[in-house]
Amino acid sequence: MAEPILSVRNLVKHFPLRVGVVFKRVVGHVRAVDGVSFDLHRGETLGVVGESGCGKSTLAQVLMRLEPPTSGAVTFEGRNIFDMRGAELRRLRRDIQIVLQDPYTSLNPRMTVGDIVGEPFEIHPEVAPKASRRQRVQELLDVVGLNPEHINRYPHQFSGGQRQRIGIARALALRPKVIICDEPVSALDVSIQAQVMNLLGELQTEFGLSYVFIAHDLSVVRHLSDRVAVMYLGKIAEIGTETSIYEHPTHPYTQALLSAVPVPDPELRGRREVIRLSGDVPSPVDPPSGCRFRTRCWKATDLCAEQEPPLTLRLDGSDADREHPSACHFAEPRPHVVA
Amino acid sequence: MTLGVREAKRAGTTGAGGGGPVDAAPDGLRASTRGRLVLRRFLRSRSAVFGLVTIAALYVLAFVGPLLAPWDHTQQDYSAFLRPPSTSHWFGTTQIGEDVFAQTMRGLQKSLTIGLLVGLLSTLVAAVVGAVAGYFGGWVDRVLMWLVDLLLVLPSFLVVAIASPAFRGHSWVLFALLLAAFGWMLTARIVRGMTLTLREREFVRAARFMGQPSWHIIARHILPNMASLLIIDATLNVGTAVLAETGLSYFGFGVQPPDVSLGTLIASGSRSALTFPWLFLFAGGFLTLAVLCVNLVGDGLRAAIDPSAARGTARVRGARRARRFLRRAGAA
Repeated sequence: MAEPILSVRNLVKHFPLRVGVVFKRVVGHVRAVDGVSFDLHRGETLGVVGESGCGKSTLAQVLMRLEPPTSGAVTFEGRNIFDMRGAELRRLRRDIQIVLQDPYTSLNPRMTVGDIVGEPFEIHPEVAPKASRRQRVQELLDVVGLNPEHINRYPHQFSGGQRQRIGIARALALRPKVIICDEPVSALDVSIQAQVMNLLGELQTEFGLSYVFIAHDLSVVRHLSDRVAVMYLGKIAEIGTETSIYEHPTHPYTQALLSAVPVPDPELRGRREVIRLSGDVPSPVDPPSGCRFRTRCWKATDLCAEQEPPLTLRLDGSDADREHPSACHFAEPRPHVVA
Repeated sequence: MTLGVREAKRAGTTGAGGGGPVDAAPDGLRASTRGRLVLRRFLRSRSAVFGLVTIAALYVLAFVGPLLAPWDHTQQDYSAFLRPPSTSHWFGTTQIGEDVFAQTMRGLQKSLTIGLLVGLLSTLVAAVVGAVAGYFGGWVDRVLMWLVDLLLVLPSFLVVAIASPAFRGHSWVLFALLLAAFGWMLTARIVRGMTLTLREREFVRAARFMGQPSWHIIARHILPNMASLLIIDATLNVGTAVLAETGLSYFGFGVQPPDVSLGTLIASGSRSALTFPWLFLFAGGFLTLAVLCVNLVGDGLRAAIDPSAARGTARVRGARRARRFLRRAGAA
């Protein structure tokens, strides 16, 4: 495959925990992202799933260079983004954009749609000269399926789905190459979710975009993604193509997640085996030794507590279609009923 | 001004004619900037325009009035002590024969300027200091809040009183600056608190993702979202400043005789408010009118800047449209 547009290597982000009134003492670290590696290719969508607090949003912030990483590297078109300064960094800010989760708070209520979508042009005036900005904004509104005449309206005059379209138009303004979607549809109604996801899909083919699509809804991710990474406590548990993850998951955590997805078929109710995990997600301040999932895993043995399973290919080449990296000592496909 | 009012009417009618539930969409493509949008919404509010026109008129009156009147504010008419308003002394005279009209105009000049200047300045300082402290946090926040606490514990009245002889004879602008310097701390603390919550909102994060510089985020995303607070604070400060100036002048600091301000006039006139009402009523009336108009303007400005406040006007327009429809239906 061609050179990846974005490649992440051993990315680590720890937030120090400080205690004390006058003299702050570091008592520990929240290991929000703890050694994440993946590649994103041109025109590809990488879905990132995981439950709340597994480090998905922190990953997005680090990828956007809003937070400095503790260690690790992210290369964009062959250059490490954490080494970029000045003009190069400005260029990067044009090439990587983000769509935020909540369309109700991600748009400034005091600005008109024209100002919101046109704001990126203010920061990067070289993209569109001042005279043509308004027209560019109207084109963008048209592209995302909004009426260009509504340019002078305020966000509160739009519905949730329309607001998210405004957010997408803002992200598209600078013609980025990569868009990071931080749970872009989880605040929307189900019917609207489909519209917004289809829009994202259309835009991808039209502009050749690459997406990092962060979500906690497995069916949403499947609809849009070419490849999927499953995160648990700051690490990737399993990564692979959409079919290999959804049809042949080998990591127990992925299997448990998938078994919890509701299936719209009453015939199957009760016949499906739902894996119920016990306990809560351990604190990211003090993650379990070895495999992080072992405290809730039904397969856990002493080996899991001692050795951390690396994210490597587990099946021995029996089927190229199913083969994908998984971070489990006892990775194996598990038959489960899928409609 | 007439031009502005005409435009407001036009904007109102096109909005109703177009039938849009919100801002006049038909001519939306032409009006480009947000500034013009706010201006149009401001001009649509009649009371705000009235307030603005009246403040302007008061200013004109304060500076043109003395040129028309036969008396100067320091002149004394030894033939008329404590006379009620007449053709030669429009607002009457004082105990020592000074012309109340000339004095009121002179006082109006001072008080209006001091009030508006202090109101705007102290709010501006509060907004900048509070937003910078809240947005940047860390040592910037700590230093600025120390300064605020320091100024809060200083008895401002005494400081102004002690400092005023130093600039006696100099411009009263210095006096206004001093008043402003002691009027911003409480608001700065509130602004800081609101900034702390606004900073975490997603649209601020989005702006940071985009690479907006910090000062730009403060100016475009944080301060506009507390515009209501700032405008209300500024209008309140105008009244407070006039009163503070009154108080200081009463004790002999601030505006010094033979110069007068509305404050000194009210202070001296209030003792005989019931027996010789013209000494008190004119100065008090002008002060009330000025503060009222500032409040009207502030209210209009707040509604113009706050986009969701437009619902009231939209509903009124809808009712008007419904009435027109009913009338037509009845005729048919």
